[in-house]
Amino acid sequence: MKSRWMSFLVPFLAVVVSLLIAAIIILAIGQNPLKAYGAMIKGAVGSRLSWADNITKMTSLLLTGLAVGFGFRAGVFNIGAEGQMAMGGIMAVAVGLNLGNVPSAVAIPLTIVAGMAGGAFWASIAGWLKAKTGAHEVISTIMLNWIAYHITNYLVAGPFAVGAGVPKSPEIAQSAQLPALLTVQASTIPSSILIAIVAAIAIYIILEKTTTGYEVKAVGFNPYAAEYGGISISKNIVLTMAISGALAGLAGALEVMSVHHRIFGAFTSDRGFDGITIALIGQNNPIGIIFAAFLISSLRSGSNAMQTIGVPDDIIVVIQGIIIYFVAADRIIRTWIMKATQLGKKKSPKTIQGGEEE
Amino acid sequence: MNWFEAIFTAFASPLFYKLTILSALPLIFAGIGGVYSEITGVTNIALEGIMKLGAFIGVAVTFLTGNPWIGLILGMIGGLILAFFHAYVSIEWAANQIVSATALILIAQGFTGFLMKPIFGQEGQTDFVAKIPTVKIEAIQNIPFIGEIFGEISSFFYIAIVVIIGSWFLLYKTPLGLRMRSVGENPRAADTLGVNVKAIRYFGVLMSGVLAALGGMYLALGDIGQFQEQMPAGKGFIALAAMILGNWNPIGTMWAALLFGAAEAMNIQLQTLMVLPSEIKALLNLLPFVLTIIVVGGFVGRTRAPAADGVPYEKE
Repeated sequence: MKSRWMSFLVPFLAVVVSLLIAAIIILAIGQNPLKAYGAMIKGAVGSRLSWADNITKMTSLLLTGLAVGFGFRAGVFNIGAEGQMAMGGIMAVAVGLNLGNVPSAVAIPLTIVAGMAGGAFWASIAGWLKAKTGAHEVISTIMLNWIAYHITNYLVAGPFAVGAGVPKSPEIAQSAQLPALLTVQASTIPSSILIAIVAAIAIYIILEKTTTGYEVKAVGFNPYAAEYGGISISKNIVLTMAISGALAGLAGALEVMSVHHRIFGAFTSDRGFDGITIALIGQNNPIGIIFAAFLISSLRSGSNAMQTIGVPDDIIVVIQGIIIYFVAADRIIRTWIMKATQLGKKKSPKTIQGGEEE
Repeated sequence: MNWFEAIFTAFASPLFYKLTILSALPLIFAGIGGVYSEITGVTNIALEGIMKLGAFIGVAVTFLTGNPWIGLILGMIGGLILAFFHAYVSIEWAANQIVSATALILIAQGFTGFLMKPIFGQEGQTDFVAKIPTVKIEAIQNIPFIGEIFGEISSFFYIAIVVIIGSWFLLYKTPLGLRMRSVGENPRAADTLGVNVKAIRYFGVLMSGVLAALGGMYLALGDIGQFQEQMPAGKGFIALAAMILGNWNPIGTMWAALLFGAAEAMNIQLQTLMVLPSEIKALLNLLPFVLTIIVVGGFVGRTRAPAADGVPYEKE
């Protein structure tokens, strides 16, 4: 079987299998999985309002997915998109609060750049630690997630605090808020989705058409060969992390600029982690990630509708987990495909080389 | 009370040392669990997820049966089953161990959230359940200072002592331990000598599941007597840092866990001894995470991972 088809079939089957397993779990708590999935689809794409919600969610998911996927291409597992998104939001608020009389044409780019810089800086700490001391980025980015979370809590309870009730920051200046792309009755589609799609195309071009992209991929493919070929691994790891973090930071900035116009504790609501699922389903390909982001945002916006008929929305997290599990164990699915297409004949699964074909 | 007085008062009080030990317990269990897995060559960053699932099952079973000991045993089995999934794809299918472990963290998070509603009828946190009892020893209670620390302490403290000494003995004084370490350093050589690499690795990963679940259950059944959605709040990853700082050795991991425990105990003590505004409290909560980065960054002395850690082994 052609590897091009494989790289599409593996995540596709992972999604199908996880939906089947989730259906069994839904049955086990005495609910009808068909009804649950029906409600989910209706909640995701069944009305104007659900489309608006879906696209709003998709914007930040597309960017965190790109952030994680770009890291993967360089062999870096950036599990810290959550914290980088938070830092992006914090920086966007810090700048956006102080832009009283600046026109939008200046205020919007400034706020976006601030958010990207915040995310890039936060990720670079982990990149620098990995390059200099070999600290595993998974542990350091997770710790940076927690630190960003506590810094957000500190800011909204202290320096940024405003009003009573839930600790939150004030709203950013009107000039730094992104206008809606489309408003139909109460439902709006944010213009930030365009920025996210442009970012995906930009990352595609960087990866496929530039020297930087070539070096990033070379380091991800085989760091030792890359270094032998004159590519600096440590420089590339820091650079990869910075770009990856800038994407997650952009997610945070856009979230602030077009949805809440402020930050509060845990405003990132696990979208950094969703980015991992999205990157894996999209096979770390920016264009694939666009579709993967839409799939996950549909699951997320559909989950609320599912909850109203009595199926806890946490099943979506289980589904994401099972998808990732099968993508990690892609050889299991490859073997199934081999058997199904009779190409495997009597080969033992161990002789099938997974993952390195392209 | 000013900062200096508060820190001094904390160090002088037995409560600080007791809190240090108690805060270290979940890290000791999960960290030594990590040692078992990694010493045989399989990384397991899913400790956080296993702790969470273990804690939830422990509380749910205690809620349904009324007996925390049954909860403890089934929670350990739950951790074992979750770890089995990691072992299966890591050992049989050469899966990316980081990605697989990430999947387990999500699965554990999803499952606990999903089952919370049908079992407890609410979200966020469960009802309070019977806790694993504390152990009171009068002879110790009568000793000044020491008695206030160890006179009445969680049963998990004694379980931890058994785990620490038992693990050290198993890993360094038995043929099985020698095999585990050789499989983690050079699986091919171990295989040539007739060691069953797969079986040894399964044992390591499954033990990490049992121990991480124990760590999670200390938080739920030993400490507060309920399960909360936020649990274990990064402790699984701090346990990994303790394992690294402890040089993949049970005794070293214990000392490292006590260091993290002391940071946590100081945080708790300062928050009770001083009147602090909420934003300062939020900043004090950063301490263990910053400490972890410093440790993982290798700023506190270099350590060395088992050579085959994270590398799938396949026979030619």
